[in-house]
Amino acid sequence: MLKYHEGEVIAIVDYGAGNLRSVVNAIASLGYHPEVTCKPDEIAKAKAVILPGVGAAAETMKNLRAMGLDNLIRQLIRDGRPLLGVCIGLQVLFDVAEEGGWHKCLGIFPGRVRKFSLGLKIPHMGWNQVKQLHPHEVFTDIPDRANFYFVHSYYIESGDKSLCIGETEYGTPICSIIARENLIATQFHPEKSGEYGLKLYQNFLKLACSKQ
Amino acid sequence: MLTKRIIPCLDIKDGRVVKGTSFTHLGDAGNPVDLANSYYKDGADELILLDITATSEKHEPLAGVIECIAREVFIPVTAGGGIYNTDSIRRVLMSGADKVSINTAAVLNPSLIKEGASKFGSQCIVVAIDVRRIDTNGEPRWEVYIHSGQRATGLDAIAWAKQAVDLGAGEILLTSMDADGHRLGYDNVLTRAISEAVTVPVIASGGAGTPEDMYRALMFGKADAVLAASIFHYGIHTVREIKLFLAEKGIPVRI
Repeated sequence: MLKYHEGEVIAIVDYGAGNLRSVVNAIASLGYHPEVTCKPDEIAKAKAVILPGVGAAAETMKNLRAMGLDNLIRQLIRDGRPLLGVCIGLQVLFDVAEEGGWHKCLGIFPGRVRKFSLGLKIPHMGWNQVKQLHPHEVFTDIPDRANFYFVHSYYIESGDKSLCIGETEYGTPICSIIARENLIATQFHPEKSGEYGLKLYQNFLKLACSKQ
Repeated sequence: MLTKRIIPCLDIKDGRVVKGTSFTHLGDAGNPVDLANSYYKDGADELILLDITATSEKHEPLAGVIECIAREVFIPVTAGGGIYNTDSIRRVLMSGADKVSINTAAVLNPSLIKEGASKFGSQCIVVAIDVRRIDTNGEPRWEVYIHSGQRATGLDAIAWAKQAVDLGAGEILLTSMDADGHRLGYDNVLTRAISEAVTVPVIASGGAGTPEDMYRALMFGKADAVLAASIFHYGIHTVREIKLFLAEKGIPVRI
């Protein structure tokens, strides 16, 4: 049995997107205390925040705004709170998303969320390799080009190349993981990516819990 | 490069995994949670759980089983059987499944695909299609069956697959009832016809007997994933063995 990391609550932001169970299970299996919540004060108190994502960026932004969570997330990132975005939780960090028009996102980083071009099977669904572009603690004990589970129809396109620490080939190379200070975000789903996915959560949580 | 997926399927009846031939003659194959765990450790890329009694007896899939599996198994899990409205989709997803497989209810009420996709996203709506081959004038054709293969619908499999995708299905789980359980290979003509007709991933199902069968379904059937049940349940092949075989043949797989 893993040791319970006492008092180290990990907030999983619940903005009404549905299934957060797998994120909860992954974090609990590592001995941390996951708390699914939409309450700003609970999120603000957590040691680290997970911004999960299923569905679409525009809908997610609408929900985050309606719940007053958009400004809170911006504030937490500014304050350097450890935050892990997953899938849509990565996409909403950029300026705009293309989904039958352009939708404004959180605008933390320059860039836009684009639909895969025709000719490819969409969604990009299944296991694909993450080529590690820069060394990072979140990759500890994860081999270069390890497979992670993806399911998405949109990808990020950013002018800030230094953000991207890993990329994945699907028709074109896409950025599949970004890192900036205490913020990590993945296009793939680590909670669905077997042992290496759990390892990535563990690396992030270890980093997060080592911060004051 | 996106890898091809190997997916063990657990057909569940009264809390046990069962397996039959052409959808009948069911035999016991074990405890679902134990099997799920051992396939996960063996390198399965996903799992599919189908409650095969659900539709005929109006049960919903075994939420308890899904919950137990989701706590231990960190790969995508699709659950199906007896899903008939968006509330039942929600319940299955909340119990820990990542996707739901809809078969009979999608045929009887195609708008369920649309509602499910708009509420929960296309990525979690798998439309399962069970078919039998009914060639007409020497042309291959397949008819869609529902209610665990007990009722013919008159629908053409290719037309139905296209319609399902237009409505929002994110994946097609395609089962050849003719081949199911015989371990003589998938219907690759069928798989290829559907895979070329739709823009979403297609899982080939029914007939896996050897790693070579899987190779053929991926190579000639153009499947994105292959599903098998009895060869795994009865220990004829392991997931790992199959992946090593496929890798040697040049098929991208996660090892």
